[in-house]
Amino acid sequence: MSLNSLVEIRDLNFTYDKRPVLQGINMTFPKGKLVAIMGLSGCGKTTLLRHIGGALKPTKGYVKMDGQVMHELDQDGLYAMRRKMGMLFQFGALFTDMSVYDNVAFQMREHTELPEEIIHDLVIMKLHAVGLRGAQHMMPSELSGGMARRVALARTVALDPMLIMYDEPFAGLDPISLTVIGDLIRRLNDALGATSIIVTHDIQESLKIVDYVYFMANGVIVAEGTPDELRASDKDFVRQFVHGEMDGPVPFHYPGVDYRQDLNLRA
Amino acid sequence: MAVTNIIRAIGRRVVDAVWRIGVVARFFFLTLIYSGSCFRRFHLIIKELFSTGVMSLIIIVVAGLFVGMVLGLQGYETLKRYGSESALGVMVALSLVREMGPVVAALLFASRAGSAMTAEIGLMKATEQISAMEMMAVNPIARIVAPRFWAGVISMPFLAAMFSAVGIFGGYLVGVVQIGVDEGSFWSQMQAAVDFREDIMNGIIKSLVFGTVVTLIALFEGFDAPPTAEGVSGATTRTVVTSSLAILMLDFVLTAIMFRGA
Amino acid sequence: MERTTLDLWVGMFVVAGMAALVMLAMKVGNLGTYNVSESYQVHAYFSNIGGLKPKASIRSAGVLVGRVTSISLDTDKYEAHVVMNLDSRYQFPRDTFANILTSGLLGEQYIGLMPGGDEEMLKNGEQLKQTQSAMVLEDLIGKFMYSKAAEPAK
Repeated sequence: MSLNSLVEIRDLNFTYDKRPVLQGINMTFPKGKLVAIMGLSGCGKTTLLRHIGGALKPTKGYVKMDGQVMHELDQDGLYAMRRKMGMLFQFGALFTDMSVYDNVAFQMREHTELPEEIIHDLVIMKLHAVGLRGAQHMMPSELSGGMARRVALARTVALDPMLIMYDEPFAGLDPISLTVIGDLIRRLNDALGATSIIVTHDIQESLKIVDYVYFMANGVIVAEGTPDELRASDKDFVRQFVHGEMDGPVPFHYPGVDYRQDLNLRA
Repeated sequence: MAVTNIIRAIGRRVVDAVWRIGVVARFFFLTLIYSGSCFRRFHLIIKELFSTGVMSLIIIVVAGLFVGMVLGLQGYETLKRYGSESALGVMVALSLVREMGPVVAALLFASRAGSAMTAEIGLMKATEQISAMEMMAVNPIARIVAPRFWAGVISMPFLAAMFSAVGIFGGYLVGVVQIGVDEGSFWSQMQAAVDFREDIMNGIIKSLVFGTVVTLIALFEGFDAPPTAEGVSGATTRTVVTSSLAILMLDFVLTAIMFRGA
Repeated sequence: MERTTLDLWVGMFVVAGMAALVMLAMKVGNLGTYNVSESYQVHAYFSNIGGLKPKASIRSAGVLVGRVTSISLDTDKYEAHVVMNLDSRYQFPRDTFANILTSGLLGEQYIGLMPGGDEEMLKNGEQLKQTQSAMVLEDLIGKFMYSKAAEPAK
């Protein structure tokens, strides 16, 4: 175990309903780096993220964060650990019954005894960082998808976490919001000196901003490397994924009976 | 073969039901354990009192008025046959305070506030707000469930009392103002026959029990709902159906315990 | 919504709920009429109480002065032992007469007190010596039939 890695995953296995979801995952997330976990929908990326957050117990292996094994922590230890983490959910998961301001202030009010004036200044600073200081009185339902994602980002970093996790941060965004969010993720990571994990299938956007990439398929790691290495990779799977080709190791057709047989044709 | 299948199906139903009751009981227990923080931050409960209590006011008052007016009309028609119209006040007040107030107010509460609660929490779950809260190291039972639970328990007796009070006024309007029953005997017979401990307190206890049960069912169904649109709408329906049945059954049990000895 | 308007609405809700409860207690229920004042206890034996029940009213000259607290059978005398609570605003002479009466022909039964002429007043825990039992309809009818039968036929 090296001193400068924040999260280590060793031989992680997870089985759900006798179906193996993750098998023998080994990953290292060095401090200060932005690491992407990529793969197709349903390959176990989100499950992996939930293991890092301590929401699931591995069948075998462990996730170690800041020197502690996540699934061995009790409720209090887990909550203490989660205060050092921030997580951006797929569609932001803003609290719909609170204003933008209250959403960002939420964790400060829950976890600190700070007076309201200081909370106010902190919230304004976080909102300013994502460019939405002017939207502080709006309700989440009044925000566009991209704005909601930025507010959620401000809320995620409200308590300056050591580790920031992003679950599909680019899903359902228009091209401009996409670039804005990608840029923000990189800048926030460097400004806070945090470590970030991005789970995504948006390859082009993430290759622009990350330091290292893990490729997953069917619960195992199939490739890893820096963005440049992956662009140059000649592995079939990586090529299909990076260049968005229609057919390759990941077939276009879902496995089924023979086409001709299905149409009741006689050979 | 068919017989064993039927027996097996019955067995599975029973096991499922018992299991579910256990899960609800555990949920209730956790809610009570994590209630401390919401009493220290009472504005959380106040916010929920607004959406459960204040928002149910109009339907409760309007329904109470009409139920009271119908009771006045029907009661008069029946009592007239026995020449005891002066007992109209007693009849209206006792039916409202003992039964109609707590029961009808709880039924309305279940469909107005309970279903809203289920839908709200179900949607919070579907949009990952609850997972987000857990990842922020905030216990959703303490932060979301407990304030709503206590708001429901607190507002139910008030709503039931308002229902009864407005209902008695409705009965007064129809009986005394419109039909012309003697005002003095309407009130004095009522006061002589309605006992504070026996009738009013028991009505309040009933509404407290109903409030607890309805709110618990609504919160549990919301928390337990599959995080999809169908899941949430199904859970909302289940809240109304289950809590209505629970209210009526519990009402029988409570009535049997409370009023049989007298 | 602003915090202050929220507080205002919820405050109004609670006040309205309280008002409804107080109205039920005072105007509809009997809390306003007798529980508030101090009371004293007396008891009496009746040979038959008819349909008298606990919490039945005790009236004197038609005015409500108290309530029956408990009824039991005394197994020494085989008579009904009735304990009653009287409002301490109303004092009665020691030779007051207690009568079980019926309001209306088939109405509820209550105890009527008819004051005697004694100088001394009843104290807490004392016994009303002179009582008259409830009229039981069957007995009345029986007496009536008997007297009819005793009349010489014309």
